Amino acid sequence: MSDMNQQMTARYKNNFLKEIEEQAEMGDWVKMCMQCGVCSGSCPTNFHGGWDHPPQELFMMIRAGKRDEVLSSNSMWQCVSCYNCYVRCPRKVPITHVMHGLAEYAYRLGRAPKMQPTLHLSQTFWNNATKYGRVNEVKLTQSLYFKDGIGSGIKKALEMQSMALGLVKAKRLNPMEAIGGGHKCKDLKGIHAMLAKARELEAKRKGRQPA
Amino acid sequence: MTVATNQTILVVGGGISGMTAALEAAETGKHVVLVEKNPYLGGRTAQLYRYFPKMCHPTCGLEINLRRLKANPRIQVLTMAEVTGISGTKGDYTVNLKTNPRFVNENCTACGECAKAVTGEVDDAFNYNLGKIKVAYLPHAMAYPQRYVLDPAILGTPDADKAKAACKYNAIDLEQKEETVSLKAGAIVWATGWQPYDAEKLTPYRYGEFPNVITNVEFERLADPHGPTGGKILRPSDGKEAKNIAFIQCAGSRDENHLRHCSRFCCMGSLKQTHYVQEAYGDEGKSTIYYIDIRAIDRFEDFYAKVKANPNVSFVKSKVARISEDKDGNPVCWGVNTEGYVRYSNPHDLVVLAVGMQPSVKGVDIPAEVMADSSGFIMADPANAGIFGAGCATNALDVNRAVQSATAAALRAIQVVNKVARAEA
Repeated sequence: MSDMNQQMTARYKNNFLKEIEEQAEMGDWVKMCMQCGVCSGSCPTNFHGGWDHPPQELFMMIRAGKRDEVLSSNSMWQCVSCYNCYVRCPRKVPITHVMHGLAEYAYRLGRAPKMQPTLHLSQTFWNNATKYGRVNEVKLTQSLYFKDGIGSGIKKALEMQSMALGLVKAKRLNPMEAIGGGHKCKDLKGIHAMLAKARELEAKRKGRQPA
Repeated sequence: MTVATNQTILVVGGGISGMTAALEAAETGKHVVLVEKNPYLGGRTAQLYRYFPKMCHPTCGLEINLRRLKANPRIQVLTMAEVTGISGTKGDYTVNLKTNPRFVNENCTACGECAKAVTGEVDDAFNYNLGKIKVAYLPHAMAYPQRYVLDPAILGTPDADKAKAACKYNAIDLEQKEETVSLKAGAIVWATGWQPYDAEKLTPYRYGEFPNVITNVEFERLADPHGPTGGKILRPSDGKEAKNIAFIQCAGSRDENHLRHCSRFCCMGSLKQTHYVQEAYGDEGKSTIYYIDIRAIDRFEDFYAKVKANPNVSFVKSKVARISEDKDGNPVCWGVNTEGYVRYSNPHDLVVLAVGMQPSVKGVDIPAEVMADSSGFIMADPANAGIFGAGCATNALDVNRAVQSATAAALRAIQVVNKVARAEA
């Protein structure tokens, strides 16, 4: 991963804005920001979670070429995807999507914070969904519960016991998924082939090695 | 009876732009018909307390124009009239007009006895419905024509008979009906002006819900001695003196979800309105301007610099994200200051939304030759026949630029009727 970081640093030298435009999803919207601040003011988190930088500051930092500060910022990982900023932005910048794009790019470069809960959830969900072709809910829940060790995992599972039983009763959760039963995808090989092709096309479009 | 030929210039809209276009054309010897929807001329300019940058009163500028108008026999003014359709081509238009009844004829001397006699009240449109007005009223002190108007709500009430009985000059005519008129014209100047953007659409600002969130045009009326508060800056909820006032710029303008364009006048408008606060309350009057960037173009920069030097005016570089209300009824502005990225929530006595200009060219059948831009403003079209936009129907303009635009439109219209005259000679 740090290879890619070095490769991109060399390729874009002092043009971090261009790097974001070409490499991060929706990054080409960053230049449209006019620094009015409605996005930050509309954020329901009120930055209580300890945001390093509100969105408009992050956008300005990208334009100012502050590569290290942006990529190591925790802001894009704090976004709760409420879409308030996107809806209210006077320039129609898809801020929520830009934040996701920045997070994804930082992750690819190996710059994501360690054990960040948002990252952990996304990663677990993605691995789970791509492995089985559809989400295996029992296994997904298990890996989230036991994230911080066996003790806290059992505690969480017991807390949620009655909801789980209710979901089983309502046929919203199939316990057979724990042992490889339950919902299945019809053509798992086909899905994997599609994902490989998508990765190849994306790498080609962005001019980099397939991940 | 209105006499018009295909050498007549029709001017639609009697605000500052329409009056200017009509006067400029008439003073070169052309015959002009000036059509105005309201019962008076002057439009939105008449509703201003003061002009920037000289801080003089619009009544002064209007008075000069009205003198020119009264002195000129070549202008016919039709008030309470609207254009309902245009047909024909350059040099030969037929225009259909609808005139609404005023219920008061030319005998009126504006003595005001009818208003004293009646008791019913309606919303005062001239003061942006901030107050009430009698059903028999003079729209405003400087109104031209200086004639009273009866609101249609008076019909069939005892007030109608009271007004009629009170009039010594036999000026009240309750039998007047809506009329349609058809006129000839060689060229048309379209000067229908603008509307303040509907602030209720800016949902995070809660206009219409919080009484102490008002618009810039309403604030003009609050500061005006002829306004609903007699010129005292009192907030609507409890009539308390509003000494700590927030101005929110770009309320609707420069916003892809509302008005795409910069409305141009609102920065200077708010800078001007800080003077009203300073004048009313001295050092106790505090103004805060929330802005994205101040667009005080060219020579207005000096005006901006002077306001900036006033210690009672502070500037916050941030577009307010939302407004809430505290337990005392004070509106609270929430946002993040772009200078330093500091989060704020500031209570104020009153919030003034600097709403932008929306062109009022909707709802009328303007022929297809007239082009409009993406905001709905009429665009200059070289292939255009004989219809010309003027003033705020063509762009977001201040009074000064609207007058320039109207003069240009008058010149173009004059050229069209000159051609007609040569062809007929």
